[in-house]
Amino acid sequence: METQAFQKVYTKITNITKATIQLKAQGIGNEEMAIVNGRLGQVVKIFGDDVTLQIFSGTEGIPTNAEVVFLGRPPQLKVSDQLAGRFFNAYGQPIDGGPEVEGETRDIGSPSVNPVRRKQPSQLIATGIAGIDLNNSLVTGQKIPFFADPDQPYNQVMANVALRAEADKIILGGMGLSNDDYLFFKNVFDNAGALDRIVSFVNTTDNPPVERLLVPDMALTAAEYFAVDKNEKVLVLLTDMTLFADALSIVSNRMDQIPSKDSMPGSLYSDLARIYEKAVQFPEGGSITIIAVTTLSGGDITHAIPDNTGYITEGQLFLRRDTEIGKVIVDPFRSLSRLKQLVIGKQTRTDHPQVMNAAVRLFADAANARTKMENGFDLSDYDERTLEYAKAYSDKLLAIDVNVDTEAMLDISWGLFRNFFSKAEVGIKQEFVEKYWEEK
Amino acid sequence: MERKNKTTGKVAGIIANLVTVEVDGPVAQNEICFIQHQESDLMAEVIKIIGNSAYVQVFESTRGLKVGTNVVFEGHMLEVTLGPGILSKNYDGLQNDLDKMKGVFLKRGDYTDPLDRDKIWSFTPIAKAGDEVAAGDWLGEVHENGMPHKIMVPFKLEGSYKVKRVVAAGDYKVDDTIAIIEDKEGQELPVTMVQKWPVKMAVRAYKEKPRPFKPLETGVRCIDTLNPITEGGTGFIPGPFGTGKTVLQHAISKQAEADIVIIAACGERANEVVEIFSEFPELEDPRTGKKLIERTTIIANTSNMPVAAREASVYTAMALGEYYRSMGLRVLLMADSTSRWAQALREMSNRLEELPGPDAFPMDLSAIVSNFYSRAGYVYLNNGSTGSITFIGTVSPAGGNLKEPVTESTRKAARCFYGLSQARADSKRYPAIDAIDSYSKYLEYPEVQEYLVSNVGEAWLGNVLDAKDILLRGKEAQEQINILGDDGVPIDFHMRFWKSELIDFVILQQDAFDKIDASTPMERQEYMLSKILDIAHAKLKFDNFDEVQNFFKQLINQFKQMNYSEFKSEKFNNYEVELSDMLKERMN
Repeated sequence: METQAFQKVYTKITNITKATIQLKAQGIGNEEMAIVNGRLGQVVKIFGDDVTLQIFSGTEGIPTNAEVVFLGRPPQLKVSDQLAGRFFNAYGQPIDGGPEVEGETRDIGSPSVNPVRRKQPSQLIATGIAGIDLNNSLVTGQKIPFFADPDQPYNQVMANVALRAEADKIILGGMGLSNDDYLFFKNVFDNAGALDRIVSFVNTTDNPPVERLLVPDMALTAAEYFAVDKNEKVLVLLTDMTLFADALSIVSNRMDQIPSKDSMPGSLYSDLARIYEKAVQFPEGGSITIIAVTTLSGGDITHAIPDNTGYITEGQLFLRRDTEIGKVIVDPFRSLSRLKQLVIGKQTRTDHPQVMNAAVRLFADAANARTKMENGFDLSDYDERTLEYAKAYSDKLLAIDVNVDTEAMLDISWGLFRNFFSKAEVGIKQEFVEKYWEEK
Repeated sequence: MERKNKTTGKVAGIIANLVTVEVDGPVAQNEICFIQHQESDLMAEVIKIIGNSAYVQVFESTRGLKVGTNVVFEGHMLEVTLGPGILSKNYDGLQNDLDKMKGVFLKRGDYTDPLDRDKIWSFTPIAKAGDEVAAGDWLGEVHENGMPHKIMVPFKLEGSYKVKRVVAAGDYKVDDTIAIIEDKEGQELPVTMVQKWPVKMAVRAYKEKPRPFKPLETGVRCIDTLNPITEGGTGFIPGPFGTGKTVLQHAISKQAEADIVIIAACGERANEVVEIFSEFPELEDPRTGKKLIERTTIIANTSNMPVAAREASVYTAMALGEYYRSMGLRVLLMADSTSRWAQALREMSNRLEELPGPDAFPMDLSAIVSNFYSRAGYVYLNNGSTGSITFIGTVSPAGGNLKEPVTESTRKAARCFYGLSQARADSKRYPAIDAIDSYSKYLEYPEVQEYLVSNVGEAWLGNVLDAKDILLRGKEAQEQINILGDDGVPIDFHMRFWKSELIDFVILQQDAFDKIDASTPMERQEYMLSKILDIAHAKLKFDNFDEVQNFFKQLINQFKQMNYSEFKSEKFNNYEVELSDMLKERMN
C-alpha cells in the first residue's frame, strides 16, 4: 500500500459503526482516500474537525487506536494499453497474478461529457440474435440493461452479445459475481481467443459488498481511456447492478439517511444515472456502450431499482421462457431499445420498421387468442392462425439461440406473414407488400 | 439584497453537495455564493440559515473540498442574463453556454457567458423621447434569427419612468446603451440590451392574465382532436418508462404552433438532448420555412450533471420563457422530466434532515409545483399585445403508479392530463395516450368552445364528444366480449368494439416517424374525424362477428394508407374512392 514518509498518522478514532469510522483530523478533502489499518476508506462527511470515513471492506476488528493515513487523493486507476487482458479487483489491483499496470494515474468518477461534444449514436451493433437485432436493435453509445430473474441465462446472452459485437475492447465490471460466473466469463472469453481485448474489474461474492461501489467507476475510467484517448469502440458489461444498488442502500442506511421507496436512498436515480450516462458516442469515432444486468425479484419492475434504471437507460431487454417452444426468448412486448429508430430502416433494409411492428402486433393478437382459449371460448379462424404463427415466430426469431443477419430475419418474417395471414391482416405499407410479399 | 461590501465566510462542513459556511455578515435565503476551491470557484445557493451558519447547495461536485476554504457571497439570487442571442443556444441549468466550454468533459467551476458580447445587432427604436414607460415596455427591437426581439425596460425597475432618449436606428452591441430613462426624481438610468432576472421570481410586467381561450395546434391528433391544449395552457404527460413520453414531447415541440420553443432537459438522458442538437438544425419549421433550431433554446441538465443545477434548470427555462412572452411572442416550454426536478428537491431536503412527506419528498412539493405551473399563461401586455407561455411537463411516476406524490401534485396544478398507458405501449399503439383517462379542462371553457365552433366548425364539438363516447362504449363492449366470449354477445357488441378500434387506429394512433402521418393539420383532423363518424353511424349489415372483424380490419388498413398519403392527393383520393366502394357493399 502506498504510504509515504512524513505523512501524518492519526491514531484516535472517536466513533465506529459497521461501515464507517469517525476521527478528528484537519486539512482533509471531501471524497479523499485513506488507509485504516491496511484497509481502504473514503471521506464521506466532514464537519469542522470531525471526519467520517466509509471503510469499504467493513470495520470488523478495527480498534479505536488504529492507524489512519490520508492519501490526499480520490480513488484512482492507472490507465494504459497494459490494462488489456488483465483482471483486477474493485480497487484496480491485479488479481491474476500479473504485474502492476504502468500508466497515467486518473481519478475515477470523472466529470460528465459536455452534451454538445457528443455525437448522436448511429452505428448498429449486430448480435445475430433476432430478438435484439430485429425488434430491439442496439446502437453504439447506448446503455441498456437486461431485466432478468436470477434463474435466467443473462450472463450467457451477455457474453454472446459481447463477443459478436465486434468491439475493440470489452470491459467487464462484475459486482457480487459468484466465483462460478466469474470463471464462466473468463473461460468464454478465453475460448473465443478474445482475452487480449478484455479488461475485468471483479468483486465476487467473497468480497465485502461495499467494495462494489467502486467497480463501475473503475470499469468506466478504463473505458474512457480507450474511447477518448484511443478512439476505440468499447463495450462495458456491468453485472449485476441490483447488487450495486443494494450496496448503496447499505451505506446510506449506515449514514442515517432517510430512505425513500423500497429502502433505497433518495439519490438512487442520480447515483445510477452517473454510471449509465457514461455511455457515449464521440464524434472522433470512439464510443462507450453499456450493457448491464439488473436482476428482478419475481419479475417485479416497479421495484425502485429496475424502475429508476428504466428511466435512465435507453430501453431494456427482457428474457422469458416460452413454454410453447421450450426455449428462452427475448420478450418482444416488454423489451425496448429506444435508439433503434436511429438505425432501423436506415442502416438496415427499409421495410425493417414496418415488418418489426406488424410481427409484434400479430404476436400480441396471439397472446389475446391464448387468453380466450384459456378462458374456454371458441377460437376464430384468425385466432387459430395467430397461435400457429406465434409458435413459429418464437422459434425461428425470438429464441436466444438464433444467429442470423438482419436481412435474413426480415425474409423469415415475410415468410411467416405469407404462411399465416392475408395482406390486409398484416397491414403494412403497400410499397413494401408489393416488393416483398411474393415468394422470391 | 444589494450591499456595499460582499459578505464572506469559511467552509465548516461538507456532506456530498451540501456545505455549511460560517459567515461574518448578512446573507439572504437563496443568495448565490462562490466557494474558492483551489483554482476553480464553485457556485452554490443558500438554502437554509441557522445563526452564523449558512447551508449552501453546491452546483458542482465537492470532491477535494476542505474545511476552512473561503466563500464569497454575491448579494443576489440565481439570475438569468436576458438579451438578444439566446435563441438556438445550448445552455446548462445555470445558463452557461455549453458550446463555449472547452474540452470533451465539463470542467468544474467553468462558467461561460450566455450572450455573445461582440455580436452586432441592428436596432430600431420603438419608444420615443417623452414616452411614459414601465418595466417590460418596449423601447426598441432587433432581429434575432429573423424574429422580432424587443428591447425592454428592465423587469427589475418599479414604478413609471420617462424616456429621455432612444438611440437612432443602427448597429449596436448588447452592452451599448440604447436608451436613457428617467425616474420620478429625475434620476437618469441608462438601458442596454441586457438585463438580469432572478429565476425563482415570476416576471409580472404585464397588464392582465385572462383565461386561455385559443387552442394550440400540435399536429398530434389525440391531443388536438380529443383533448386540446391552449395557448398559455398547462399540461402534463405522466407515463411509465418506455411509453413514449420523450418521443411525444419532441413531436409537440417540432410541430406546435409556437414562435419560440424552450426545452428543459431536466435530469434526463444526454442522448435525447443530442437528438435535439442534431435533428433541429436539419428540420424545417413548416410555418416559417426556417430551421427549427433558430426558434429553439435548449436547457440541458442531463441526469449525470450536478443535482442542484437540475433544480435550477426548470426555473432558468421558465424565466427565459417569460422574457420572450413579454415581447408578445407565443412560447412553448417543455420540461422533461419534472419528476427529476422533484427528486433533486428530495435529495436536498433529505440532506437537510427535514421531516419527510410521502415517499420522502419534501412536504411543500405540491406548493412548489403549483407555483411553477402558475407562471405559464396567456397575457395582455401593457401595450395591448398578447403573449403566451404554454407549458407541458412530463412526469416519470415511480413504478408507473399514478398515485405517487409528483403525479398527484402535478394533477392539482396542470389543466390537461395526457396519461400514457403501459398497455397501449406494450401493444405498440403509439402515441400511448389513454384517450379515455386523459382530459383537457379547456374543452369545458366556454371561450374555448366558442373558438372551436367558429374556427373549426359548427359540428366539431359534438363530433369530439361523439368520438369519446364511441371509445368508451367500445371499451365496455370489449370487456363484455372478454367475459362472455365472441359468441356470447350479440353482433352489436362486436360492432361497438370495432368502431372504437377504428377511431383508435385511424385517429389516436399516429406514426411519429412517418413524414406525413407525424403531423396532422386541424383541417385534415376535422375531415378524417367526420369521415370516421359517418361510418360509425352508417347502417351496416353483418351475418356474424367474423364478418365484422374482417370488414373493419380492411377499413382500418384502408384508412391507414390514407393517413400515410398526402392530404387530398391523387393517392389519397383513390384510397377514399375504394373506401366508399367497400362501404357500399356492406350497406346493401
